[in-house]
Amino acid sequence: MADLLASPERPSPTVKPAGFRSARRGRTASRYTPVLSLALTAPLLLLLAVGFLYPIGALIKLSLFMPTLDLSAYRKIVEQPIYLAIMARTFRIALLVSILSFVLGYPVALAMASLNRRLATIAAAAVFIALWSPVLVRSYAWIVLLQRNGVVNTLMAQAGLINAPVKLLYNEGAVILATTHVLLPFMILPIFVALRSIPRELVPAARNLGAGPATAFLRVTLPLSLPGVFAGSVMCFILALGFYITPALVGGSGSMMVATLIGQQATVLLDWPFAAALSTTLLVATLVIVLVFRKAFSLSKGFASVD
Amino acid sequence: MSIETDIANPGAARVKRPATAIDRPYGATLAVLLKGAVLAVILFYLVLPTLIILPISLGRADYIEFPPRELTFHWYRQYLLDPDWMAATWFSLKIALATSLSATVVGTLASLVLVRGDLPGKQALQALSLGPMVVPHIVFGVALYLIFAPLQLTGNFVGFLIAHTVLAVPYVLITVTAALQRFDFTLELAALSCGASRTRSFVLVVLPNIAPSIAVAAVFAFLSSFDEATVAFFISDTGGKTISRKMFEDIDFNLTPVIAAVSTILAGVSLLLMALIRSARQHP
Repeated sequence: MADLLASPERPSPTVKPAGFRSARRGRTASRYTPVLSLALTAPLLLLLAVGFLYPIGALIKLSLFMPTLDLSAYRKIVEQPIYLAIMARTFRIALLVSILSFVLGYPVALAMASLNRRLATIAAAAVFIALWSPVLVRSYAWIVLLQRNGVVNTLMAQAGLINAPVKLLYNEGAVILATTHVLLPFMILPIFVALRSIPRELVPAARNLGAGPATAFLRVTLPLSLPGVFAGSVMCFILALGFYITPALVGGSGSMMVATLIGQQATVLLDWPFAAALSTTLLVATLVIVLVFRKAFSLSKGFASVD
Repeated sequence: MSIETDIANPGAARVKRPATAIDRPYGATLAVLLKGAVLAVILFYLVLPTLIILPISLGRADYIEFPPRELTFHWYRQYLLDPDWMAATWFSLKIALATSLSATVVGTLASLVLVRGDLPGKQALQALSLGPMVVPHIVFGVALYLIFAPLQLTGNFVGFLIAHTVLAVPYVLITVTAALQRFDFTLELAALSCGASRTRSFVLVVLPNIAPSIAVAAVFAFLSSFDEATVAFFISDTGGKTISRKMFEDIDFNLTPVIAAVSTILAGVSLLLMALIRSARQHP
């Protein structure tokens, strides 16, 4: 995503027509004509029009017109304190998850970029296992770990730490713990890319000039890795805002987020205009963040040239 | 060693010490240990959920038992013998294979244009085609349900194929455009100047060079469909549901260890396929 979203497409190695039999021949070898281009993209255009733009457009329309322009669904979001509270909670949880991902993710990214090969391999393997285990599987695993007679309660009881099972599931803490777990790789990987692109001589140079390890880290490594932190944070935040599966499974009524509310309105209460208005709000919020922070994605790229 | 000898003969004392100990004799080792411990805890947190499901799935009790008292494949057998789970598995596999094929074809054709084509609005197309990655899946799922329900495309193979292809195409675009950008197009020009036709030079020179990336893209597309849960939750119905929807329902209503067995299989398939890709990329 990062690559394609931000970078104005990198010019493909264009070929100078000079030296070939005809200028036209050289040109057409590397570029496709508009007609051919359109033919090759037609399947994608059709797919996106029918399977993506049309459904999303219909949902937005449903939130606004019933059948004439009617903003009552949006008014409901603003006027009822419970819905505003869910919106605020969603924002707060997304922010907390992003911060927590940074705090937990940075040391892992450092380990992955470390010159100690064994350490780097172990860290990369852990991130790999987390990233590629299906989200649903990981959410289920958190339920197994945290439920009343789950692994954590059992082990704590056996160790004599508790007398009765502690309620660990279906609250905000569980949502934050499990959601952070799912989104952590999205923080670690951009930071790792930024760290890896820092020239290796810089830290020894700083040390050589008298900086202690802490100073060298704070004044060389950390600032140069900030673009990665920025990209990872934006990514984590927008993914957390609209995250459905994990909060729906490990959260309770007191920790409901906006995605769960949308699901509930659409499938249980069948209040479609309201579900559509909530969806549109979430969509607009996400798109605004992506557009405002578009730079986050390009900064982490092309960062190799630090000098 | 007393402080006095240090002061009296500082040089002699320092020579024996290792270099790092000069700064902070005890602080440094403590800091290293602490850093190691913090890192170990975070790495444990990362792998714990994936690792815990295996022992749970091998238990025999009807509830979640840890550590399991005996190790059996009981719950794997239950999974294989349950017609509902099997129907969901086949449905998911069919969709994922078809999605992989369609997303790879559609995405590869479009990638060629994105890298080499002349098309007005190419930038816009590029941004739009990555839209499915940015739009929250809950919004896309609800929108599809709204459109599919009246057309009776819920719980339907074609409906899933459309939905999952939209979601998988960005992975193909990213992987294949990257390969095309790496490809040295003077090779194709060499083929052309030696007299090969455009089609021939594409098939014999360009395609073999980007084929490994296309294969990787196909695996990405397969997994993105097979593991997809949010959209599948909304466009499944009693007539047709994916394995992820079946899991979601069972986690909510009857939390049997069968789910642990299914989870282990799903995680195993994903990790195995990704590990294959990784090793293929490192040792081509």
